[in-house]
Amino acid sequence: MAAISRDTNETLIASRPPPTPQGGMVSWLRTRLFSGPVNSVVSLVTLLLIVRLIWPVIDWALIEADWTGSSRADCSGEGACWVFISTRWSQIVYGFYPMAERWRVDIVLALFFMLIAWLVIPRLPAKKIAALLGLVVLPIVAWVLLLGGLFGLPHVPTRAWGGLMLTLTIAAVGIVGSLPLGVVLALGRRSEMPLVRAMCVIFIEFWRGVPLITVLFMSSVMLPLFVPANVEFDKLLRALIGIMLFWSAYMAEVVRSGLQAIDKGQSEAGAALGLGYWLRMRLIILPQALRLVIPGIVNTFIALFKDTSLVLIIGLFDVLSIIQAGLTDSAWLGFATEGYVFAALVFWVFCFGMSRYSQILERRLDKGYQR
Amino acid sequence: MLRPSISIPRRGRGPLWRDPAVRSLVFQVLLLATVLGIIAFLVHNTMANLEARGIRTGFDFLDYRAGFSISQTLIDYSSNASTYGRTFLVGLFNTLLVSALGIVAATIIGFLVGLARLSPNWLLARLAGAYVEIFRNIPLLLQILFWYFAVLRSLPSPRQSLSLLDGFFLNVRGLIMPAPELQPGFMATPLALVVAVVGTILLVVIARRHQAATGRRWPVLPLSLALLIGLPALVFWLTGAPLAWSVPELAGFNFRGGMQVLPELVALWMALSIYTAAFIAEIVRSGIQSVPRGQTEAARSLSLPGGLTLRRVIIPQAMRVMVPQVTSQYLNLIKNSSLATAIGYPDLVAVFAGTTLNQTGQAIEVMTMTMAVYLSISLIVSALMNLYNARMSLKER
Repeated sequence: MAAISRDTNETLIASRPPPTPQGGMVSWLRTRLFSGPVNSVVSLVTLLLIVRLIWPVIDWALIEADWTGSSRADCSGEGACWVFISTRWSQIVYGFYPMAERWRVDIVLALFFMLIAWLVIPRLPAKKIAALLGLVVLPIVAWVLLLGGLFGLPHVPTRAWGGLMLTLTIAAVGIVGSLPLGVVLALGRRSEMPLVRAMCVIFIEFWRGVPLITVLFMSSVMLPLFVPANVEFDKLLRALIGIMLFWSAYMAEVVRSGLQAIDKGQSEAGAALGLGYWLRMRLIILPQALRLVIPGIVNTFIALFKDTSLVLIIGLFDVLSIIQAGLTDSAWLGFATEGYVFAALVFWVFCFGMSRYSQILERRLDKGYQR
Repeated sequence: MLRPSISIPRRGRGPLWRDPAVRSLVFQVLLLATVLGIIAFLVHNTMANLEARGIRTGFDFLDYRAGFSISQTLIDYSSNASTYGRTFLVGLFNTLLVSALGIVAATIIGFLVGLARLSPNWLLARLAGAYVEIFRNIPLLLQILFWYFAVLRSLPSPRQSLSLLDGFFLNVRGLIMPAPELQPGFMATPLALVVAVVGTILLVVIARRHQAATGRRWPVLPLSLALLIGLPALVFWLTGAPLAWSVPELAGFNFRGGMQVLPELVALWMALSIYTAAFIAEIVRSGIQSVPRGQTEAARSLSLPGGLTLRRVIIPQAMRVMVPQVTSQYLNLIKNSSLATAIGYPDLVAVFAGTTLNQTGQAIEVMTMTMAVYLSISLIVSALMNLYNARMSLKER
């Protein structure tokens, strides 16, 4: 005891008052915005920029805007005229789908959004059933309902499809088609068989090296040449094939990066248990690899969703093309900004939602590995 | 050494279809046969279809007279004398022009926004974050159409042009700006610049050796800046400043003099730069954040000053993460420049895979050539990137 007390203070240090609480608006402003002269100038300049740039946009889009009406005469001209959008609302959603048959689109869209909600909201049970419904049942139901020609439903040619419904169809088919194809290609690229590997590399690098526009051009001018003359190829189907092949290459690279991150020992342990290649991949490797690359996969989904707008160039009428076509309507000339801003909002909501969901998912999946 | 006293009997080979080597061989042969079969089927169909439609194959059409005009040509081109082969080159150069402009602008905006996102200033960081989230999540095609139809097409006519700076005008026909007019003797200046660049490289190499040998650093940055700016400026002045500017002036309904930048080019350039910059900003942010804090602290404890810490410790390590990703964004930008066709900027796809294809009907040849261009750009850049990665990657034993 004596040895310790020689090195320590005999007397207690006088107690100090607690630090003054650093809360409230003023201290927040002081630490985040005005911590020094440079920071203060930056804050003021940024504030000025926001007031000069963003306030006019809000003023135009919300405050001075016209919301109700049925014709151009209802536009005051002081701000945005959203009447332009509301008058063609049904076209933006359904395209040229026959009026009497639109309930079919409604059903498919309702099912689609319900399934998405089921899959996305963590509290809802039985995700596997939902996934099965989404990957097998919904496509069949959607196919029968949208195209018709069966069970007494009148046939609606894909020419008449358009708007949001077409955008979602292309995106959904692209996503559902390119992911499995991408997984197979990624496995092929990591295969030990030289021929399989070479073919997958060539396939992937080819699609990744060319712009999607040329792929769509090719599918619209060259695909009809590739098939026997008597085979009729639907324009939408041609575009879908092009989109699916194109994105499967990107998906393959994302999945491959996940496969590379899995230790070789995992596969070897599986082999030691007597599992064959496919069982090993299905039960051991892919569940781990795909979980690792969920952010990458969702990013590819987002890119795919944005690029569905490119079908405008080959003459399909997705959300953007319908609005673009509406701009040339002689009764509504000069509403380009409203049209594009609305289309941008539609795409933005979907893409931003997907990216936020992927971040949430990433955090949730990470929990299992946190100690 | 002890040897196992029992010998393990050689495993029987079992039935042939259980042998992995045989199975892999059979599988590959089957796959090859399937792929070749599909290709043969497609080629056969194509030949039959082409014959039925009376389309001749081959690249003869490249020598035929094109006969259509192109709104922007960087090389000599005239609608009544030039060939389809020439349209390919005109389109290719236009693609390269907008790609180069876009890469420069996207890099500058991207780095500024990426650094702003890391700023301690809350407002600035949020503004940069909003920029990224807005422009990253809106389709590029939509942004191109917006800038072109909603912004540039609704600009006033030449007589009511917006005057930006002295000699710069913006109107519905595009951006009008002063054009340099080279006088004889001007070529000495670019030559001096080349000499200065070579000199700078030499200087850097020698300075590095000097530092390795003695541990002393030379003031390389001021010296090389002086060389790069001073030498061309000196030569320019000595040769009597052989450069004149043709300043645009309003004459009647249009401008005379100066040069006109197509509104299509401006719109495409803006959209490509703003869109790609959002991705580059994210790469810059994650690249800088990927350098552990300990690195900064270690540099501090070696009493390295702040600027040097950034230049010698943080940036080189952040670069290792950033460069491959930024390069892939550059490749995306080049490929995305093909969206030019939506607003009629005469790039490779619009001119060659558009007008030329429609006029000649040689779909296969034209599409093959177009895709080959993009494919070779991608492959060349990827090869360079692999070289860079091999040099820059951490040398581990």
